[in-house]
Amino acid sequence: MTEHDRNAAAYWSANLRLIVGCLIVWALVSYGGGILLRPLLAGISIGGTDLGFWFAQQGSILTFIGLIFFYAWRMNKLDKEFDLHEE
Amino acid sequence: MSQFAINLIFVGGSFALYIAIAIWARAGSTKEFYVAGGGVNPVMNGMATAADWMSAASFISMAGLIAAGGYANSTFLMGWTGGYVLLAMLLAPYLRKFGKFTVPEFIGDRFYSKNARFVAVACLIIASVTYVIGQMTGAGVAFSRFLEVDSDTGLIIAAVIVFLYAVMGGMKGITYTQVAQYVVLIIAYTIPAVFISLQLTGNALPPLGLFSDHVESGMPLLQKLDMIVRDLGFNDYTADVSNKLNMVLFTLSLMIGTAGLPHVIIRFFTVPKVSDARWSAGWALVFIALLYLTAPAVASMARLNLLTTIYPAGETANAIEYAQRPDWIKNWEVTGLIKFDDKNSDGRIQMYNDKSESFKQTATERGWNGNELTVNNDILVLANPEIANLPGWVIGLIAAGGLAAALSTAAGLLLAISSAVSHDLIKGSINPEISEKGELTAARISMAAAIIVATHLGMNPPGFAAQTVALAFGIAAASIFPALMMGIFSKRVNNTGAIAGMLAGLISTVLYIFLYLGWFFIPGTNTFENVQANWLFGISPLSFGAVGAMINFAVAFAVSSATQAPPQHIQDLVESVRYPKGAGSATGH
Repeated sequence: MTEHDRNAAAYWSANLRLIVGCLIVWALVSYGGGILLRPLLAGISIGGTDLGFWFAQQGSILTFIGLIFFYAWRMNKLDKEFDLHEE
Repeated sequence: MSQFAINLIFVGGSFALYIAIAIWARAGSTKEFYVAGGGVNPVMNGMATAADWMSAASFISMAGLIAAGGYANSTFLMGWTGGYVLLAMLLAPYLRKFGKFTVPEFIGDRFYSKNARFVAVACLIIASVTYVIGQMTGAGVAFSRFLEVDSDTGLIIAAVIVFLYAVMGGMKGITYTQVAQYVVLIIAYTIPAVFISLQLTGNALPPLGLFSDHVESGMPLLQKLDMIVRDLGFNDYTADVSNKLNMVLFTLSLMIGTAGLPHVIIRFFTVPKVSDARWSAGWALVFIALLYLTAPAVASMARLNLLTTIYPAGETANAIEYAQRPDWIKNWEVTGLIKFDDKNSDGRIQMYNDKSESFKQTATERGWNGNELTVNNDILVLANPEIANLPGWVIGLIAAGGLAAALSTAAGLLLAISSAVSHDLIKGSINPEISEKGELTAARISMAAAIIVATHLGMNPPGFAAQTVALAFGIAAASIFPALMMGIFSKRVNNTGAIAGMLAGLISTVLYIFLYLGWFFIPGTNTFENVQANWLFGISPLSFGAVGAMINFAVAFAVSSATQAPPQHIQDLVESVRYPKGAGSATGH
């Protein structure tokens, strides 16, 4: 394995770790907070209803936006760190 | 000035703008026609993607669906936005790096198989054509309500406008008109919502108004709404659902379906760099979220407004007299989308849940003889300004906005269809030696043909138009998304595996839908009645796309591991899409 290959492999596994991390949050806010865990969050009230309702109608969308910008920022930085960015 | 004249000014003005953009942005090469020359600014592309994605369904229907279903229909909000997270991380940057013009082209190259490319073209065309029917009928409805022409004439006007800028400008013309259409549709959607939120909660921001106190009663808005609907025998607006498995799978199907829709994916081929594709997905979701955060507020406030209009003295007192009904009900009665039937002949409009067993006794005591007012979900957004007594120009704006939403999505779909025909079928297979000029002409002719087919289907919508949207999402989720993802994230999946996987996902999903919704959607031919008791593990046919995707993944991996690994140059291709370095702009070669 050449130096270049090792570098590329390290970049790819860093990308995969980042994706897995982001998708865990993605699933937690929507399938978790918005759907499956709603009964558990029923005690936390917000504006006349409960936290699960907020996640389903607002919280998950706001989190999705944050996730994409975080991912884009991290990856564009990683591209440069591993010297794999476009000219 | 009459309302008709105002509507005409808004709609005519917006159309003149789109045509002016089309003349300015004519496409001179296939690269401009397919990917707008590959030089679109990522924020601009985000805005165009938002317009491309937000269809008549998002603009007109979604708030109505949430108003009717309450919490249970939050699935649309999460599903139609969560797909962008998948797009940004799993597809868009790598497909941009690959740098070709169409989605089937990636599948054909990566799985070194013309058959794989054909399967992808077939999936793309079925998904896009079924989707475009809805846009054309939506445009027809908006025309007939606001411009007082019959809906066929409206449809032809819409088709001519799309023809002008899509055929002339290709992706370049479409991109810049979509930016203009986004601005029109988002202003049209949010302005009435701001006014209504101010009236009901005193908060000018609808997403905050949703969780604020209702000014008149001093209670939180959602609590007040829960109370009113409960008093009329409906389920609580915020009530939880019992079939959580189905809710999860439906949301997942919408998410991966969104990420797998070709007309959305090709928008990311138009930005200059891989890093731009990542940013652009974020901007797209920001612009989409402006509408998607407003929609649930519009939904709950419109439902509250509707019920307080029907029961002006409170929901336990007498309903409004039919003779006293407001003008907006009269206007929409003409279209047949609001219907009144005085079942107990008392001259008043009783609206309640006559299907609730526990409420029957109360209804009988009050002398009610069934629900008397049926309101089509689709009118909530369009009638919103009238319900809230907003000035005439806001109504004109809504008309222009609804048309912008329908036309921008239709144009994106038509481009995806025409590029699949001219680039994947004609250049990729029938006549690979075709000149660039010849291919550009072929692209324009197939675009024109696609518009004619879409207009024809819009005028004579097959009775199953509404159900076919499930088919479009099911196909995108079960066939296209998994093939693309495996093509990028696995070097081991080979041609045989990918084709077997796509076919398994496609066929299982289509069969499951046909079993409950009728074979080829012909009414009455369904094998099982479409009720929850009959569904496999309680999974509705609309939620099956996610299961189809899992079948696709499983079959593709199983078949690939039993057959030969892809050749070295394909593994190198997979390597190259993973690293941004060396990306040129999109090419057809």
